[in-house]
Amino acid sequence: MTFIKKTLASSIAIAATAAMAATAQAEISDGEVRIGYLADMSGTYRDLAGPGGLEALRMAVEDFGGNVNGAAIEVFSADDRNSADVGASTVREWIDTRNVDMVAGLVASSVTIAVTRVLEENNGFAIVSASAASSITNEHCTPNHIHWVYDTYPLANGTAKAIVDQGGDTWFMLTADYAFGHALEGDVTRVVEEAGGEVVGGVRHPFPTDDFSSYILQAQGSGAKIIGLANAGADTVNAISTAAQFGVVEAGQQLAGLLVFLNDVYAMGLDTTQGLLLTTGWYWNMDDEAREWSERYYERMGRMPTMVQAGIYSSTMHYLQAVEATNSDDPATVRAYMMEQPIDDFFARNGRLREDGRMVHDMYLAEVKSPADSTHEWDLYEILATIPAEEAYRPLSESQCKLVQN
Amino acid sequence: MTMIFGVPFAVFMGQLMLGLINGAFYALLSLGLAVIFGLLKIVNFAHGAMYMLGAFATLLGMRYLGINYWAALLLAPLVVGLFGMVIERLLLRRIGHLDHLYGLLLTFGLALIFEGTLVNFFGVSGARYPTPEALQGGFQLGFMFLPVYRAWVLLAALVVCLGTWFIIERTRLGAYLRAGTENPALMQSFGVNVPLLITLTYGFGVALAAFAGVLAAPLYPVSPTMGSNLLIVVFAVVVIGGMGSILGAVLTGLGMGLIEGLTKVYYPEAANTVIFLVMILVLLIRPAGLFGKEA
Amino acid sequence: MATTQTLTPTMERQRRANMRRNLLYIVLIAIGLVAPFFAYPVFLMKVLCFALFACAFNLLLGYAGLLSFGHAAFLATGGYVTGYLLASYPALTPEMGIIVGTLAALALGTVFGALAIRRQGIYFAMVTLALAQLVFFFYVQAPFTGGEDGLHGVPRGELFGVISLRSNLAMYYFVFVIFLIGFAIVQRTVHSPYGQVLKAIRENEPRAVSLGYNTDAYKLLAFILSAGLAGLAGSTKTVVFQLASLTDAHWHMSGEVILMTLLGGVGTLFGPVVGAGLVVSLQHLLAQGALGAWVGPILGVIFVVCVLSFRSGIVGEILKSYRKNFK
Repeated sequence: MTFIKKTLASSIAIAATAAMAATAQAEISDGEVRIGYLADMSGTYRDLAGPGGLEALRMAVEDFGGNVNGAAIEVFSADDRNSADVGASTVREWIDTRNVDMVAGLVASSVTIAVTRVLEENNGFAIVSASAASSITNEHCTPNHIHWVYDTYPLANGTAKAIVDQGGDTWFMLTADYAFGHALEGDVTRVVEEAGGEVVGGVRHPFPTDDFSSYILQAQGSGAKIIGLANAGADTVNAISTAAQFGVVEAGQQLAGLLVFLNDVYAMGLDTTQGLLLTTGWYWNMDDEAREWSERYYERMGRMPTMVQAGIYSSTMHYLQAVEATNSDDPATVRAYMMEQPIDDFFARNGRLREDGRMVHDMYLAEVKSPADSTHEWDLYEILATIPAEEAYRPLSESQCKLVQN
Repeated sequence: MTMIFGVPFAVFMGQLMLGLINGAFYALLSLGLAVIFGLLKIVNFAHGAMYMLGAFATLLGMRYLGINYWAALLLAPLVVGLFGMVIERLLLRRIGHLDHLYGLLLTFGLALIFEGTLVNFFGVSGARYPTPEALQGGFQLGFMFLPVYRAWVLLAALVVCLGTWFIIERTRLGAYLRAGTENPALMQSFGVNVPLLITLTYGFGVALAAFAGVLAAPLYPVSPTMGSNLLIVVFAVVVIGGMGSILGAVLTGLGMGLIEGLTKVYYPEAANTVIFLVMILVLLIRPAGLFGKEA
Repeated sequence: MATTQTLTPTMERQRRANMRRNLLYIVLIAIGLVAPFFAYPVFLMKVLCFALFACAFNLLLGYAGLLSFGHAAFLATGGYVTGYLLASYPALTPEMGIIVGTLAALALGTVFGALAIRRQGIYFAMVTLALAQLVFFFYVQAPFTGGEDGLHGVPRGELFGVISLRSNLAMYYFVFVIFLIGFAIVQRTVHSPYGQVLKAIRENEPRAVSLGYNTDAYKLLAFILSAGLAGLAGSTKTVVFQLASLTDAHWHMSGEVILMTLLGGVGTLFGPVVGAGLVVSLQHLLAQGALGAWVGPILGVIFVVCVLSFRSGIVGEILKSYRKNFK
């Protein structure tokens, strides 16, 4: 009884707000679409998004024609220096003084969570492309942001499951000692145990760590078949190089990098990384469409794009299309439209935007090529398998997001 | 299997070995800092940046000039050392008469400049430098697999530390240096060119950092920020050993490597922090450090 | 009043100087009051918080001659304690949260001070650095800080339970008042007899000891005061931005406050305010401009130039030339 009343009341309320939004906001505020790009431009995460992501964003705006229904598109950017308060205050200022319509980029999870809180309070909008934490569309979800490229859930789901299926059923976890590492470790442990494997030990190392030799030695002593790396960026790079020096692979153990970006593999070289299994949201050389876009990007940046940089282009395009179709830059209107449209482009396959703000799309299990198989300096991955969109991400039935009714 | 404090004996021995190797690194870096502090009384905050420059010189030398590892072992410290001398001549000299804290601040600024500039050209992911062919592979020690390169790092670092100690304690140049540390004015009046001595000392201290950078190149990704986190650890080592004490820097470096190694087994989360705890304890008990002389 | 007759020329000069100073204060306060109508209030609040932080630091370096390399610990402690309390107990008013945060920093300052002031010069700097690293480790590990993710969702709340601070303007005036209180404490301390003794210790500690002063007690008090004010700055900042993060606890923050103080002028009352204003503006402009990636090197160059040729800082140099030309 009460349930019916509640649903009835809420659906009326929703209809009313939608109608109001449609009438009041059916125009682009102050005749411009303003996109602010916020990312780490000078620190640890510079290479995976950074200036390259900004360039990808600019490409999207150019390809779109520079305006939406006659409203010019303006792009500005800021360096968040991986600091939550710098990020939050920058976005607050963009809202207060520059009337920003959409915030793009967003790398470090701490910055993203802080920024999305500010946006929720001020009814702004963001597309998160580079953050890893799956909590961004789970306990930290808001109606004012969506999460595009990847998160920790499919990373564990893809890599860990594939490895256990291949017989790698005992794991030793090297975990970065902060929330992201703990979350990834938790996800991996769950996936490994569900697949019939076992996590026999682990060590939580400080973030960041330069010297991994001690931890690698502990991993060797554990006798586990697989050493899982629940860390990111420089930590992963260091761990993998150190493992190579200590002959981990020769001694019969295998590494599983859970969050590895193209720029990491490029930096380490194929000698060190060959045979590494990883999950990625996209790879520049995976098919003709991807290649074609990547080559245009390469001409501008002199590097091949990471999945994050490609995702920034893809998400910006979809955002602009939604603004064009609805002739509005109101967050709720644009988001509602984006949720209706299937997402299929050079980046996302079988993509769709869920109500928790998660854009689910096909993910890929890849293996790093050996130097002999690689034909040129950016020929780094071999795609082994596709993880279907609906299996890759955390199911809505397990969601703690307040926008999802369970 | 024999267990030591809940850890298999083999793992325990391996950890000690690795701690010793890291300690050799710390020793090399803190030795340079201590030499500089001894004569210039400057806490060289640019030391981490110099270590990084050493590694970069090695990497770029190979990439663009075809200089191999063994040549880099000599050339990189030389180039960075000369660069250090230029800095001393142009910048540090001008504040030599002031409170030493200004030296710390100036070098801090220099470190920001070097690191920030290189980030803009090379990014932060870091590049890998191949292990020289003669040093590839490893020894099976029974309790652990020891890569040849790590053994070489330990050996090279210890030889250079001993050599430095020998120069400073047993040669005429070293005698000047020690005397200059005690009383520069008196040395000047004896006709020793103290300003030149200072320039050479700074160059030498910085060259030691660059040498450590060359040794590090095949171990860690060469990136502009590789020195900044190491820096404050090395500071702590020098302070614990007693600022300006050569022997103190070397022994403390090795000792702290061991302590850190054990922390990585028993309480890994605190591996980056344990050294500061030791520093506080030491300074409270022995204000001038373990090997320093009370002022 | 007939007292004017008894004024000696020195006292007369002193009276004029005081008048000029009071006039300057009035003008500056007036500027502070109208500023939010000309500049973005949140930016101004950030400047004020860092200005207070730099003033606190300057009290120690400029007037007691102690270079702390660990002041980030107090900024962060104030921020985390206030943030945690306000986020977990919605009934708590912001000023209560700020008071408790400040007291926590004060308490931490007492412990740090007691350990550190026994050492001098470089050793003092290193002990404070080491202690701040331990604090950093604690905040990384402690569950209530959210570790790397930071502590989010701190409500601005209602001042005294009555005035909503949600609007940036209301928040600004609250921060401005806090800043004035903090600045007044520093100003009174420096000009009090206690401040005079502190300066004597800075210039020549053995002499101060021989004059019978318990220099350790004086230095400790300065340290505690400085820590408390730094905590006040951190607490206020948390309420403004509604979050607390590890950035504030990192040793780079300790370095930044040195830069601010040095740039503005060590040992001058207004130096840290000017320095903080400049550094924050610079970071702000650079971060959003084409030179975004060059913030680090540019700050480095400023550091070097300051040390080489502007050692008295901007305010210090102005005061110097003022004294030369007008007295």
